Amino acid sequence: MKRFLGFVKKEFLHIFRDYRTLFILFGIPVAQILIFGFAVSNDIRNAGVAILDLSHDEITLKLTDKIISSGFFKKTETLLNYKDIDRVFKKGKTKAVIIFENDFGKKLISEGKASLSIIADGSEPNTATLVTNYTTAIVNDFTTELAGPVLNNSIRISPDVKMFYNPNLKSHFMFVPGVVTLILILISALMTSVTITREKEFGTMEVLLVSPLRPIQIILGKVMPYFILSFINVLLILALSWLVFDLPVKGSLILLLAECMLYILMSLSLGILISTVSGNMQQAIFISLIGLMLPTVLLSGFIFPIENMPKIYDYVSSILPPRYFIVIIKNIMIKGTGLMYIWKETLILIIMTLVFIGLSVRKFKIRLE
Amino acid sequence: MNNTVISVHNLVKKFGSFTANDNLSFEVYAGEIFGFLGANGAGKTTTIRILSGLSIPTSGEVNVAGFDAYSQTEQIKKNIGYMCQKFSLYEDLTVKENIILYGGIYGMSKSLIRERLIELLAKLRFQEYENRMISDLPPGLRQKLAFSVAVLHEPKIVFLDEPTGGVDPITRRQFWESIYETASRGITLFVTTHYMDEAEYCDRISIMNDGKIVALDTPERLKKQYNATSVEEVFIKIARPV
Repeated sequence: MKRFLGFVKKEFLHIFRDYRTLFILFGIPVAQILIFGFAVSNDIRNAGVAILDLSHDEITLKLTDKIISSGFFKKTETLLNYKDIDRVFKKGKTKAVIIFENDFGKKLISEGKASLSIIADGSEPNTATLVTNYTTAIVNDFTTELAGPVLNNSIRISPDVKMFYNPNLKSHFMFVPGVVTLILILISALMTSVTITREKEFGTMEVLLVSPLRPIQIILGKVMPYFILSFINVLLILALSWLVFDLPVKGSLILLLAECMLYILMSLSLGILISTVSGNMQQAIFISLIGLMLPTVLLSGFIFPIENMPKIYDYVSSILPPRYFIVIIKNIMIKGTGLMYIWKETLILIIMTLVFIGLSVRKFKIRLE
Repeated sequence: MNNTVISVHNLVKKFGSFTANDNLSFEVYAGEIFGFLGANGAGKTTTIRILSGLSIPTSGEVNVAGFDAYSQTEQIKKNIGYMCQKFSLYEDLTVKENIILYGGIYGMSKSLIRERLIELLAKLRFQEYENRMISDLPPGLRQKLAFSVAVLHEPKIVFLDEPTGGVDPITRRQFWESIYETASRGITLFVTTHYMDEAEYCDRISIMNDGKIVALDTPERLKKQYNATSVEEVFIKIARPV
């Protein structure tokens, strides 16, 4: 045990001596959270809209009021005719113009339908889509409120799934779980695979193997510091998302931390496996980055919903551990569900961890032969 | 006087159908400098791995420092030291930290490590380097330090796998002085090298070819036997059979 602790201490020294490692360990997660939280925001807040109300009756005034008071929009101007549209867009502050047709209120009551146009500033496609989606949602809400289900209107709504559990439409509710998933697997797998291949490359692994340390002690000793640091990372990210984005953990914090530990363990054993198949540090970095980061970002459901993917990608993504962890962490953090609803995903992660450890041990033994 | 520390009888090691060690038999005595020579790919590394407890023989009897190479590899590891051609100290740790690390791995007590550290630094006139990173040291000093670390726990046998690869002649000369000094303390040195002048310094040498030991004796007698003026000549005559 004393031997082992001395060895663990040495690993910490490596980490703390190397500023780059430290930066990757703690700088990147913080930067990622802040970037995803602030810059890559899917929210709109106080987006400028201009109103062109050709009807100017009670209903259009009410609807306008509802849109403006939603908090997502801010009225920039009230337009008088179509010619003004071009002018107001050129000014740049207005992201969309909402146009009520002539006799909007009258038509709605007598014919049961009226039309309204939303013209968005297409030079910012992302904002444009968001603004139109938000507006149609508000309009839809308004019509049901106004007339109940009897009055079928002609306004089309594209229901947004993410609004269901995210009524405030805050996008960092989606990004924090994704970033945690990405960062943990990346850092844990990358760091362990690099630190182990480094010993191989420098020839110190040979010396360690000849020493009385058992292979299992060597591996554990190398992995233990990263387990502790990754866990600190989890706490850091959660604290940051709570302090900066007001994102609380709805479910059990203990359960969430336990699941995070499982996921870190899984990532570390994946890192060990990567180190047994790669001959040098470059290979380990390459496999970890290309093999883990891209699929995690693209296929795990972090950004793009799995349901919308072609079946084949669905199958590919089912072998990716992040896919399951994302479900787990979203459930605990946002929906506040307990183990009952995520035991299947948890079990899959446990099995994956065991498989990775088993494969690594086998590979390691073959190498020793 | 002739205390056997390594005894090998009919050692065979196969990897699939390839025989890396073909029926080796030899003995190494306490306090001896044993040169283990052979061309690249002759099977030296395989033998060293078996003798240091990293690899299990296919058949034959192997006993190192009184322990069996099949069942007591843990005991063997505690009683040997090892230094390889690749540099074996951690460059981002200081001299002191490296010594504490290796001392700890070999289960030495804190006070013993401290004692040896002071002794070692004094012997190598290294005092001012105690808290310097290994990466700041010139290669010659690193080499000396790596060797001192390999014998830090006073092992019975030290394996030196091409310890002087890529080192200048003066440093090599000094390195061999410390090898002699170590041997005089009763520690056995098992050395592989490609430098034939170094082979002349050994008490006895064995020459391996194609998985077999083809010659084993003192350098003097081998030279006489093969009618050669240097070990290099002997080596070329044996290792490249016509």
